[in-house]
Amino acid sequence: MFAAENGLKGDPRLQAISDSIRVVPDFPKKGIMFQDITTLLLDHKAFKHTVDIFVDRYRDMGISVVAGVEARGFMFGPPIALAIGAKFIPLRKPGKLPGQVISESYELEYGTDCLEMHVGAVQPGERALVIDDLVATGGTLSAAIRLLERVGAEVVECACVIGLREVKGQRRLNGKPLYILVEPREIDNCC
Amino acid sequence: MSAYRDKDPRIHGIQTTIRVVPNFPKQGIMFQDITTLLLDPKAFKDTIDLFVERYKDKNISVVAGIEARGFIFGPPIALAIGAKFVPLRKPRKLPGEVISEQYELEYGRDCLQMHVGAVEPGERALVVDDLIATGGTLCAAMKLLEQVGAEVVECACVIEVPDLKGRERLNGKPLYVLVESH
Repeated sequence: MFAAENGLKGDPRLQAISDSIRVVPDFPKKGIMFQDITTLLLDHKAFKHTVDIFVDRYRDMGISVVAGVEARGFMFGPPIALAIGAKFIPLRKPGKLPGQVISESYELEYGTDCLEMHVGAVQPGERALVIDDLVATGGTLSAAIRLLERVGAEVVECACVIGLREVKGQRRLNGKPLYILVEPREIDNCC
Repeated sequence: MSAYRDKDPRIHGIQTTIRVVPNFPKQGIMFQDITTLLLDPKAFKDTIDLFVERYKDKNISVVAGIEARGFIFGPPIALAIGAKFVPLRKPRKLPGEVISEQYELEYGRDCLQMHVGAVEPGERALVVDDLIATGGTLCAAMKLLEQVGAEVVECACVIEVPDLKGRERLNGKPLYVLVESH
């Protein structure tokens, strides 16, 4: 569900956040209009608004775990975790985490990839939030949900700054609520 | 300079939350794992607070974080001190036009990149990573910032491995760390 349809309609912060995102055409390949959040991170106000909106939503939900998907989820997850007093769990590509891990595969357009989490990072019964910068097909987020559920955590919601068209109208992913701040930007001058 | 030596009471709590994983990524390396620090909300908050207290009045407008663990510590610092956050990334991850800096690995080379236009000449910058070992990556990070005319005020890491003498590779730039690993 989009923030604008869920209590934040007309909130000027959402427009500021959307305006700060840069579109890079044909990256990583032709036809993809890449939503670049690095320009949001350059805009202190927009970055702060982004974190504040998520913090306001989640601070009273009894969430003890914020899990961020490598690598852009690492930029949004920790500030949220710090503000709500939760632990931060990095969900990483294979071979990066040094300790014992559990793994979950997911589909790519061509082939599969894998997400890992440290054993013992999350206890059964903990309430968790999953964070990433953008949700497209939901493949990565689904793998993240499965990792947390395998260790007995309850995924309360998945939160992303940007949600692509494929998820518009979907309020849930794998049965879990999805919360998104903005839609993708179009390029201003279309060629 | 290290807060460890300053004996700030928060340092002990931070130090004890860092897990050492032997023989990762290879035999003989005692890997300093900060993921266990991140599991302790007080230790994580203390870590960020120590950096924020040091930098908030130093007119720093850029916090540059090194992929990927620098992405965990850099943004909270940037948000608290009113600076922008600039991710320094492995090749081909950043979508826009980039500048690159190579650096030596034990075997071979790697490369760090930054978006063109992210940082203006004359900006005062902090470089953040979880750990400094040989200093190769931090050195490449500083060069990227200096390439675009920024002034690197300091490098900040949670952990230093002093035996690897990374501090000496920073071309005289100051280094601030919270804990040392011997």
